[in-house]
Formats: sequence, structure tokens, C-alpha cells
Amino acid sequence: MNTMESSREIRPPSNNVGVVGWLKHNLFNGVFNSIITLVVLAVLIRVVPQFIQWAFIDAVWFTSGKECHEASGACWSVVTKNIRFNIFGYYPYDQQWRPLLAMLLLVGMLAYSRDWKRWNKKLGYGWLLALFVMGVLMKGGLFGLEPVETTKWSGLPLTLLLSFFGIAASYPLGVLLALGRQSDMIIIRSLSVVYIEMIRGVPLITLLFMSSVMFPLFLPEGVTIDKVLRAQAAIILFTAAYIAEVVRGGLQAMDKGQYEAAESMGLNYYQTMRLIILPQALKIVIPPTVGILISAFKDTSLVVIIALYDILNTTKSILNTPEWTGFSTEAYIFIAIVYYLCCFSMSQYSRRIEK
Amino acid sequence: MNAEQLHPAKSHFYNDERFRAVIYQLVTALLVAALGYYLISNVQENMAKQSIASGFGFVDKEAAFEIGESLIDYSAADTYGRALLVGVINTLKVSAIGMVLTTILGAFIGVCMLSSNWLVSRLGFMYVELFQNIPVLLQLFFFYALFYEAFPGPRQALNPIPGLFITNRGIDFGVPAADPVWGMVIWVLVGAVLLSYGLKRWATWRQRTTGRQFPVFWVSTAMLLFLPLVVWLAGGAPTEMDVPVLSGFNFKGGLNISPEFSALLIGLVLYTASFIAQIVRAGIQSINRGQTEAAMSIGLKPGLVLQLVIFPQALRVIVPPLTSQLLNLTKNSSLAVAIGYPDFVQVAGTTINQTGQAVEGVALMMMVYLSFSLTTSAFMNWYNRRIKIVER
Repeated sequence: MNTMESSREIRPPSNNVGVVGWLKHNLFNGVFNSIITLVVLAVLIRVVPQFIQWAFIDAVWFTSGKECHEASGACWSVVTKNIRFNIFGYYPYDQQWRPLLAMLLLVGMLAYSRDWKRWNKKLGYGWLLALFVMGVLMKGGLFGLEPVETTKWSGLPLTLLLSFFGIAASYPLGVLLALGRQSDMIIIRSLSVVYIEMIRGVPLITLLFMSSVMFPLFLPEGVTIDKVLRAQAAIILFTAAYIAEVVRGGLQAMDKGQYEAAESMGLNYYQTMRLIILPQALKIVIPPTVGILISAFKDTSLVVIIALYDILNTTKSILNTPEWTGFSTEAYIFIAIVYYLCCFSMSQYSRRIEK
Repeated sequence: MNAEQLHPAKSHFYNDERFRAVIYQLVTALLVAALGYYLISNVQENMAKQSIASGFGFVDKEAAFEIGESLIDYSAADTYGRALLVGVINTLKVSAIGMVLTTILGAFIGVCMLSSNWLVSRLGFMYVELFQNIPVLLQLFFFYALFYEAFPGPRQALNPIPGLFITNRGIDFGVPAADPVWGMVIWVLVGAVLLSYGLKRWATWRQRTTGRQFPVFWVSTAMLLFLPLVVWLAGGAPTEMDVPVLSGFNFKGGLNISPEFSALLIGLVLYTASFIAQIVRAGIQSINRGQTEAAMSIGLKPGLVLQLVIFPQALRVIVPPLTSQLLNLTKNSSLAVAIGYPDFVQVAGTTINQTGQAVEGVALMMMVYLSFSLTTSAFMNWYNRRIKIVER
């Protein structure tokens, strides 16, 4: 008894538990690791305080561009003073509550729909209504709202618009293409293969060039299609090809028994796909799909190149005004944070629904 | 149960699955053909009305625009064809260098993420999170702005190590002055690489047949180091360097890397490396721990465990997604147009603006990138087949 009691009292050596133990285990386990830790710490000590000094302590927040040039730290005024132009761009100044409301509505609807259990027919009608309201808010012309041309749509609303519709429309198109590629019908299969491989082989920029300089030539005289809509179409067509490849992976991972079981129950092709195959296949490929959707969101920034004013381009035009030239770092850090938050929340959401 | 139920009446032909399939396909093909015909006839009509020439005749005409940087001789008096060739070479240059650098950096960060050192692995994860979630175009703008805003002019150039100058006009560094001996050194180096490869094959063959090992690594290293050194010494050991010297407002001599190229390269490499790091990490983690233990239990040293057991298996998981990331880097290099590096898309864009031949220009862009993609994937497929498990 005595020996047992004393052994219960023996504690692990103090340098194996607590903070010291953790340090020893994770940072200083071995000579090589200790050296690396010290080197990394030395670099961090040199860099981090300097960054904090620049970004916070010496920074100026709400001054004019002139005072900014005299400050030794970061000039966040470039963000705070221009925030409305940065976010809403060329949308008429006194009407900017409309895109703000539309964006809040979109975010609210997305937040409400994040739970699978709430997905039902009523929510579908809710989305249709919400999209209609958003459209009216942005475009105007109804209910006494002043009409605003799409050429004035810019900033964050444009980024969200391009990515939301890009994602929403390319997903079903991608699924159709994937089904086409798996089909037994040779003409449909080869058309799908050619489309998917061709789009995946070229950069998005060429499609955007196509939409901006080549597409007008394709239309009969007198017919013009809005520039935003053309860019939107290019993004949808591009993203769809990538989604198709991901979905094909899911379809190929399905067991042959699933098809046979569906057939033996007398389901036709449409029913088999809708009720048996797609629900399972699409669920397997959620993680790569979200990866594609995140890159689609990031890729909307490429519309800068065809001179649409998304949030990246409004930032660039702020930096082109004489008062604010030279503060690119601060302005770009700000929109990097905006993009980061959007992408990060998307990937967190996918991690949650995977579980 | 009567006979009629057992043998139901023959169904109508339009209920036959095969017949329907034919109809569906015919309708699709007709629709696609009709759409194509409609678009092409519109294009022809529009181009005739706006008196835009068609066809690729413009490649022989004078381009009349300058290109900032080029590896081959080019002036505004040259043809569009040559201008486009300059663009292709510039795209290839940035992609090739970028692919090599991003693979090295990505593999390094991927290994860091798996490090037992908490600090190192945290930093690795932070890097990946940060660079994956910010658009590559924004990163390019950021690095480009860094060059022309944050870096000083040539007179106050940053000089971190002797012979290297960082300014808002790019990066200047010293290179060995031109001397025929250097050419010979390079050829000898190439020869030494080939020789080491042959040596490796011979050593493998000898070990298989006789069981005796040969110190390939040390012999190859010695060859790679000493053969060029001997040639250099025999050639009179030229040590003269071509160092950039400030003259007037800019540096003369040495090698200059333009800010556009540097920003593009840095942006593409850092962005793509974050994806490659994830791929490498997943690849190494996919190898069962039992493999390591088994290899150690048959007495292999840790280095050999990695070299002979873990790495060849991890490579098979890594190569296919790595290929698509390297292709992405090539495709993303087209964003050069946004920061003014004269890659193929930029030159083709200028050509479209000057000639108005948008259809041909965009078609050329697509063809060039498609051929890059197809070549790369053909090469990677060949490599993938080579490293595949050979099963009995």
C-alpha cells in the first residue's frame, strides 16, 4: 500500500509539463529544431514590432492626403476618406443606400440559408423575391426609384453581383456538362469534352477579351449587350467548365450498383440522376467545389483588365488621384482584408458542412 | 395471367431509347451548327461593314509599336508576327522561371507545415491561408506598387549585398564579364550532368547484378564541381565582373530585371506556392506510417527511408495536382497585361487594338495557351506513367 501511495505522489518532472514542457516538446526538441526556433524568433522580433509601429502606432487614420505624406507610419486615411467611393464606385452618391440595402439583403439571405434544414420551397420563393427586390434596388425605374445604368454599377456591389451570379449560374451548367461528358450519346459527349477541355486550357482573361472585344462582332447590327452582362457570361462559362470536371470526379466515384439498383426499380435516366446519383455525387465533391467557387470569387477581380470598376478597380482609381498617390500599400491591404474575409468564411462554411 | 400480359404489345418506335438518343443528338448538333452559322455570318457582315480585314495576313505587316523587353532583337519596324513571337517568348520566360521557383518554394513550405516545430508549422499554415485567399491580381498590383512606390530611385538604391541593387527601376546585379571561357564552363557543366545521369544508371545496373554499391552521390558532386572548375582554371581563371555602375540617372552594366517582370514573377510564385504547399503536405501525409516503420525495421537509414520509400510514393499523389497548379501559373501569367509586362496577351491585345482583327487575335491567344496546356499535360502524363507503380 505504502509504495502505491508514494508512486501516486510522484509527479512528472516539472520540465515535462506546463509551459516549459510544451516549449520543450514543440520548440526545442533537439539541437536542429532549437536553432530553427531561435532563428525564426530573431526574424520575427525584427519584423513584427516594426510592422506594428508602422501600421498602428505611427499611423494616421482620418487626415487629408497632404498630412499623410508627412506622417511616418501608415496612411489609413486613404481608406477612411474614400470609403464610399471605394465600396460604391460611380453609383450616384445620394442613391448609395440602395446598393447598400441590396448587399445587406444578399448577406442576410445567405446567412439565413446557411443551414441545410431551412432549405425548402418557401425559401426558394423567398430567394426569388429577394433577387427581384435586389434587382429593383440596383437598377431602379420602378416604385419611384431613379433608374441607374449598369455602367454606373461598381465597387463591392459589382464584385458581389459578378461572383454571386457567376457561382449560382455556373453550378447547374457545370453539372449538365459533367452529365454530358458521362453520357453514352457520342455527339453530346464529344461536344462536352471539347468545351470543357478548351475552356480549361485557356486563361480567363482570353474569355474576358472575347466578351469585350470579339463578342460585339458576333451580334447583328443594332443589337448591343450590356458590358457587365457580357463579363458575367464569360465568368459563368469559364467557371462551369471547372465545376464540370469536379462533378465528373463525383460521378465516377459512384458505385455501379447504385445505377443498377435505380434501374431495377424502374427509374428512368432523369429520375435516376435526380433522386439517386446526383445527391450522393454532389455531396462527395463539396470540398473541391468550394475551392472552385472561391477561385471564381477571386477571379472576378480580373474584370479590371476589361475596365469594369469592381472593388479592385475603384481602389486603383483612388490611387490615381494626385492627393492619394503613393499609398498603394495601405489601400491594397484594406481590400486584401475584404477578399480574405469573404474567401475565409466560404472555406470555413465548407469545412462545417463536410462534418 | 393471360398471354397478352406476358407479351405486351410492341411499344411505339418513339419510345425506344436508342431512337430517342439519335434524335436528341441530331437536335443538339443542329442547334450548335445553326448557332455557329448565325454567329459567323454576323461576324462576316460586321467586319465587311466596318471594313476590317480578315485572315492572318496582318502578321507580315509592320507592327509600329515598341516592346519594353525582349530576348530576341525587336524594333517597331518589325512585323506583327515577330512582335507576337516576342510575346510568346516573354510568356515562356516568366512561366518557366516561375514554375521552377514555385515548385521549390511550395515544397519547402509544405514540409514546413509538417514540421514538429510548432512555430515553423504555424508560420507555414499562416502563409498558405493568407496567400490562397487573396486574388492573384491584387498581389501583382501590390508587388508592382512596392517597386515604384516603396523602393528608392537609382541614386539611393538599396544595396543588401555587394553587386545587387534594388531600385524603382527593377533589380540590377553583377554578372561575370563576357569571356569565351564561361561558355566552355557551361558546356562542361552540361556534360557533367549527363555523365552523372549515366553513372547513376550504371550504378543501379551494377547493384542489381552484382550487389555491390557505388558512391554515386559523392562522385557526381565531385564531377559537377571539379570538371567546370578545372576548365575555368585552364582557361586562365577570368575573374572580371560586369557590375552595375550608377551613371546619370540609371545603372549601366550588369543585368537588369525590370520591375514588371519582378513583380509578376514574385506574385505568381508566392501565390502558386501556397497551393503547391497544400498538395505536398497532403501527398506526404497520405503515406501510411507503417511504410516508414517497415523501412526502418529492414535497417534503412532515415535519409534512405525518405529517398527510397516515402518520396517515390508521395510523388505519385503529388504529381497530378501539381501539374494543374503549374498550368495555372502559366495561365495566370497572362495577368501580366495588367501591370504592363509585355507577355503574349499584351502584345496580342495591342495587335487587336491596331488592326481591329479581334476574332483572329483572340483565336491566337486561345491557340497559344491551349498548346502550352496540352504540351505540359502531355509531358506530365509521360512523367506520371514513368513513376507509376509497376505491378506484377
